[in-house]
Amino acid sequence: MYNGGKVLIGILVFLVLISSPLWYNMAMDGSDYQIELEKAVRGDDCVRDSAWMKANHMDLLNEWRDQVVRNDERFEIGSDGVQYERSLSFTCLSCHENKDKFCDRCHDYLGVEPYCWECHIVPKEVQP
Amino acid sequence: MGVMFSLLAVVVLILIAVAGTELAGWRDLFGIVIPYAAVVAFVIGVIYRVLKWARSAVPFRIPTTCGQQKTLPWIKSSKLDNPHNLFWVLCRMFLEVFFFRSLFRNTRSVVVEGPRILYSPTKWLWAAGMAFHWSLLIVLIRHCKYFIEPVPSWLVTMQNLDGFFQIGLPIILTTDVVIVASLTFLFLRRVVDQKLRYLSLPADYFPLFLLLGITVSGVFMRYFTKTDLVSIKELAIGLVSFSPVVSSEVGLVFFVHIFLVSVLLAYIPLSKLMHFAGVFMSPTRNLANNNRVRRHINPWNPKVKVHTYEEYEDEYRDLMKAAGLPVDKEE
Amino acid sequence: MSKNIKTPEEMARIKFEPSANGWMDPATEFRPGTWNFTAVPETLEYLDLPNPRKWRPTDDDWQLPENWQEIIHEGLRERLKKYRTLQIFMDICVRCGACADKCHYFIGGGDPKNMPVMRAELLRSVYRNDFTTAGKILGKIGGGRKLTKQVIKEWFYYFMQCTECRRCSVFCPYGIDTAEITMMGRELLNLLGLSIEWINTPLSNCYRTGNHLGIQPHGFADSIEFAVDELEEITGIKVDAPINRKGAEILFVAPSADYFASPHYYTLLGYLLLFHEIGLDYTWSTYASEGGNFGLFHSSDMMKRLNAKIYMEAKRLGVKHIIGGECGHMWRVVHQYMDTMNGPADFLEVPVSPITGTRFDNATSTKMVHISEFTSDLIYHNKLKLDPSRNDHWHTTYHDSCNPARAMGLLDEPRYIINKVCNNFVEMPENTIREQTFCCGSGAGLGTDENMETRLRGGLPRANAVKFVHENNDANILLCMCAIDKATLPPLLEYWVPGVEVGGVHEMVGNALILEGEGKRKTDLRGTPYPGIEDDGEEGDSNV
Repeated sequence: MYNGGKVLIGILVFLVLISSPLWYNMAMDGSDYQIELEKAVRGDDCVRDSAWMKANHMDLLNEWRDQVVRNDERFEIGSDGVQYERSLSFTCLSCHENKDKFCDRCHDYLGVEPYCWECHIVPKEVQP
Repeated sequence: MGVMFSLLAVVVLILIAVAGTELAGWRDLFGIVIPYAAVVAFVIGVIYRVLKWARSAVPFRIPTTCGQQKTLPWIKSSKLDNPHNLFWVLCRMFLEVFFFRSLFRNTRSVVVEGPRILYSPTKWLWAAGMAFHWSLLIVLIRHCKYFIEPVPSWLVTMQNLDGFFQIGLPIILTTDVVIVASLTFLFLRRVVDQKLRYLSLPADYFPLFLLLGITVSGVFMRYFTKTDLVSIKELAIGLVSFSPVVSSEVGLVFFVHIFLVSVLLAYIPLSKLMHFAGVFMSPTRNLANNNRVRRHINPWNPKVKVHTYEEYEDEYRDLMKAAGLPVDKEE
Repeated sequence: MSKNIKTPEEMARIKFEPSANGWMDPATEFRPGTWNFTAVPETLEYLDLPNPRKWRPTDDDWQLPENWQEIIHEGLRERLKKYRTLQIFMDICVRCGACADKCHYFIGGGDPKNMPVMRAELLRSVYRNDFTTAGKILGKIGGGRKLTKQVIKEWFYYFMQCTECRRCSVFCPYGIDTAEITMMGRELLNLLGLSIEWINTPLSNCYRTGNHLGIQPHGFADSIEFAVDELEEITGIKVDAPINRKGAEILFVAPSADYFASPHYYTLLGYLLLFHEIGLDYTWSTYASEGGNFGLFHSSDMMKRLNAKIYMEAKRLGVKHIIGGECGHMWRVVHQYMDTMNGPADFLEVPVSPITGTRFDNATSTKMVHISEFTSDLIYHNKLKLDPSRNDHWHTTYHDSCNPARAMGLLDEPRYIINKVCNNFVEMPENTIREQTFCCGSGAGLGTDENMETRLRGGLPRANAVKFVHENNDANILLCMCAIDKATLPPLLEYWVPGVEVGGVHEMVGNALILEGEGKRKTDLRGTPYPGIEDDGEEGDSNV
């Protein structure tokens, strides 16, 4: 006995599983998706340079929260020499005013669900 | 010796990735060509090996029975451990593949004064094996998010569950911790236990170090060096849609990570790691114990020389007659 | 038992001292007491087997054929194609070590190459070196070893220290079965004429006379007649025991030791009483006078050559179906190989118990029923009058034989019977019974005198469990359903746990069975007088 049929089914399952991202993207039209973030409304300057921000913004926001909530230290001088208020809603979102087109696009693309909005109110929802 | 050799091999691999991308600048080679080659080697290699197994016959039906057989209706049979039909074989296989049922039986025996032999259940190997393999599975599924768009919500939910404890930022994923810990345990038992040290080969240490290299580099990227995930996803999704681009933002640790993964993929078909496919094809587990109910066919059942009754009677006829035993031929 | 044997205390000081050279060094010391005598040339010649000659394992030169390497390579290549088990088991072992302390030889001896994983590595290392790409490139660092004459010697030593009991395979996460490895290893060794006397002599005997012991038809008839007389002495009833009778409903096949060795003999007495009492229309056969099959310990071809006789004889005699006696490896062959090798048995009918009408649906194709399945069905349907108090002098425990346990799952039928025919039954500790049962340490053709140390070491786990119930529950008899057990457990128990006898399940049935028209029995089947019965001066002769 060889059970060739069952082995072939096994190989087929293996091939389907390993190639599943391919089919998924085809079905969802996902592979051509280019992520485009909305430009900040006011200039190019940020609290840190943008490459650093891309990788590390979550650490910065985390630190800001601790400073504000625990030490009541609400302001800092950014890498561009300007004083910034440590505030997601008032500082970050004042330049990147559209959460959907800035925060969410990237987070959705990477399948990340930060818990910022568990406490913070999305400004858009307040001021339509 | 095996330990040092394997460790060295993985270190050299890491250095190759570093030198190849940082010094030589072959970013496309390490980001695109090698991963493609590795996947091709993996897929073709695995199928080749499985087909090779499939071309070997299963001449006899030899399940290892680990419980009461199905016989008389009033005797309770052990359906899972001694399956009598395909359905229960599938159940047995499911538990074997997903929960390592056989390994769960593990015992330890010691001979003490007396002599007395003591047996105690030992679940460490089972627990570490389960921890490693399940973490690996979850990590693999998690990584799908880099290859597909849009990311399905169940995958995000799974990832959130993985980070259930909400410790650290980025939130520490349970599987990241568990996989590194279990790999470390699996390595340590090989060097600490005298029996295992004796029987372990470089081929046992190498995959452990390779997997540790992969997981640690991954953990490093997530928690310490940070990396531009968007460019990584663009590369990854580019790979599956055959239009990959290695952007300048892709960092060194990522190259180490993906190079080790590539080596692992290419190594699997050449190694004991093929057990992931072999476990499905082991004749002592995937056959039903219905031997006396359905005849199993041996494709090469040989013609053999037998001693026939006629030959036998010819030799013993006189003795048989003298003993009053019936014979077929009088002469 | 041979002299020069260590005391149990010395023997039990088991040290695990792996050689500093590592396992890849094939150097093997053939210490007295650990290996078996080699096959007599005539037995190989009789069976047309290669390279018959006189030699000893302690010889420097084993007189291998000139192209021995080629023979092994071709043999291995052929078997990798023929056996998926071999191919897969060579490829997927991860050396997790779960099997290590599951082998009775390793537990009782401490020799690291007796860890099942290592036994397979002995062969696997050669496979890697010569049959895999990675092994060819990496050589030693890839776990490969060159096939040298020393490796062949090492194989011979360790493949003759595995009883193919399959205990390790219960614990292996991939079900890797060392029995398969050992069977393949032995087949390869046999290609070079490397076999042992205790396998090959029974083989050639069985091929010629129909049974391992080489008993010729008239000797067989004498044995049965003797048993019939003895039963008449014990019970006062003369039973009928037909031989080679055409037209009987059932052919009964038992291991030959049952009618020629002790304590097997008392089981034979049990069968005869049972068949008489239920009036079974059956016959013995002199041509198929062996249920056991040492071919299993030699090669699949040899197994088939010997096993063929059972169906051939069933056909010649025109029986409807077959019942098989108490034997372990016999039932591995009957259950897992016979139908495939020598079937289909389309000239037989699906077994139906002529007494209860029960159709044995678990044997619809092979058409052979285990005696304990048959008897438990009788008892369940109240067809037997039993007096279990006739076994009150026995405090019984039950040893699952490897093959019925792990290649069949025949676990509860014997227990059911024992509980119905004995008042005192106790189980041994749970890690030593049922599918986790320990081998007697002498199966698979290794039950000889010359390898007694290996046997005693391998038998330690079993004996130790017996000792436990002997000390805690006064167990004084170890019941089993295996001819090899019955032959090899007595010296084992005498050494490790004196005071425990060995017996068969149907011996207990025979004791308890109340025959129609019999008077009060004075002795049990062993001739031991029952307490309170006056010895009338006539010695109950228990010697056979």
